[in-house]
Amino acid sequence: MKEIVVLSGKGGTGKTSIVGSLAVVAQSKVLADCDVDAADLHLLLSPTVRDKNEFWSGQTAFIDAERCTQCGLCEEVCHFGAIKDYTVDEVSCEGCGFCARICPTEAITMKDNMAGYWFISETRYGTLVHARLGITQENSGKLVAVVRQNAKFITEREGLEYIIIDGPPGIGCPVISSLSGADMALLITEPTLSGMHDLDRIIGVCQHFGILALVCINKYNLNEENTHQIETYCHNQGVKVVSRIPFDNVVTEALVRGLPVVEYSDGKVSQEIKKLWRVVEGKSPPLQ
Amino acid sequence: MIISVASGKGGTGKTLVATSLALSLSKNSKVQLIDCDVEEPNAHIFLKPTFTQQEIVSIPVPKIDEGRCTYCGKCAEICAYNAIAVFQKKVLVFPELCHGCGACTYLCPEHAISEEGRGLGVVETGNSNGIKFTQGKLSIGEMMAPPIIRRAKECVDPERVAIVDVPPGTSCPVVEAIKGSDFCLLVTEPTPFGLNDLVLAVGVVRKLNIPCAIVINRAGVGDKKVEEYCLSESIPILLTIPLDTRIASLYSKGITLAEGMPEWQESFLDLFDKIKGLLR
Ligand code: SF4
Ligand code: SF4
Repeated sequence: MKEIVVLSGKGGTGKTSIVGSLAVVAQSKVLADCDVDAADLHLLLSPTVRDKNEFWSGQTAFIDAERCTQCGLCEEVCHFGAIKDYTVDEVSCEGCGFCARICPTEAITMKDNMAGYWFISETRYGTLVHARLGITQENSGKLVAVVRQNAKFITEREGLEYIIIDGPPGIGCPVISSLSGADMALLITEPTLSGMHDLDRIIGVCQHFGILALVCINKYNLNEENTHQIETYCHNQGVKVVSRIPFDNVVTEALVRGLPVVEYSDGKVSQEIKKLWRVVEGKSPPLQ
Repeated sequence: MIISVASGKGGTGKTLVATSLALSLSKNSKVQLIDCDVEEPNAHIFLKPTFTQQEIVSIPVPKIDEGRCTYCGKCAEICAYNAIAVFQKKVLVFPELCHGCGACTYLCPEHAISEEGRGLGVVETGNSNGIKFTQGKLSIGEMMAPPIIRRAKECVDPERVAIVDVPPGTSCPVVEAIKGSDFCLLVTEPTPFGLNDLVLAVGVVRKLNIPCAIVINRAGVGDKKVEEYCLSESIPILLTIPLDTRIASLYSKGITLAEGMPEWQESFLDLFDKIKGLLR
């Protein structure tokens, strides 16, 4: 079994559109959407939810006004500035429980958070494990871990070959949680200065955790000079560029119809994505 | 006044709007830009500031004095994030799990814990043609963005209009970045992805009780559902930027819309006036 995480650093480079198409092209796999606070993959795969589960994680402090003597100790010790005028700002509270432990009148209790849901769903391309973090909730990293665990469990149980993960943008907590221990990271970038800057940071994260990284340059013809620079840069970093996908509005047209682009058209973009998967599987050599 | 620029979905043009708005305003008013997308800060690519200050952002993590420690296990029991484990003759601290809440230090019965700073990233401040520029940057391999965002936002200068570039998503870093703004601009694109994430972002600003409005970028690519949604939720659309290869090309080279196509400055000034109107 191989776990492949698709990441981008910068958002909007086409990560989810490509994962949606890999879902069509790849056989023998489970799909996992680890972009838990803004999940989009379901819009391409129209899943039927088979199993819906609550995600309980973390706690929030509550002050019982009747017991509170307004001594102000809790406000003084809170490192997150979450207590003002003897009330807790739920959004700022990180659930450490410090205040509840030191309150002299035991006026503070910690309550568990229902921080979202996770789902096991069927799609026309196999099983999808996905999630929805509650709005303004913390602990996206833990929810990512739950999604990955379940995807792994199903993959093993059914004797499948791949887990394809749609990862979150950025380089922080949920990204690290999506990446740690995976077999390979497929990095989708675009030839803009922002995309290049962010690619450099996400490659840094992969190297930090010792994960093999492959690069796909999406919309490569938007700025071919930048594309060339990305290739040189990757070469110098010892990172392989496995694909170049042209810009084509057909990707958005497919999206508007709720379809992965390879299912909607057989044009250049679809051809390139199919080739990309063969390279990832090790059946074709990379570009450089 | 603090205006945050957020998006839900990444790559919709949040930084394009934030930087062009800052530049357009800077001709007549005092402006600052705070890049709170600390995982992938990009505004500097467009505004090319000269940085004059750099500060390391750290959180206090426990350091155990094993000479005093009796291995009672209290600290491990207290820590809500499992950042401490106590064995028979050894205390292990996992600094990357610690949120720096200070509970263990305060509550250790033997006063065996002191705190030492653990760097998570930096906040840099500088200047770009009169725009005061601040950005937070999370170090590679670090997980915790909120403390850096919090620090970057402490640089708000009440004398200036502050534009805050917010990270994508809807979880804690987004909340930290938007919190305390007077107004939030949500930048989206007219596609199912854009709409799905816009709805989530609207949920965040409403929970925080911050007035908001929409900017539609790459208008013409997808469908009309974003406009229908805004209408049904009575959220004003204040600016529409078309899908245009000239704009995409400027963006790819790190040139702001306000500079590359100066005729847009008028639109950004108008956008600002509309925001002021909505706040009145
Ligand atoms: S609470 Fe203090 S004495 Fe007890 S194990 Fe922790 S450091 Fe040692
Ligand atoms: S400071 Fe708080 S989070 Fe850090 S180890 Fe101590 S109790 Fe845990």
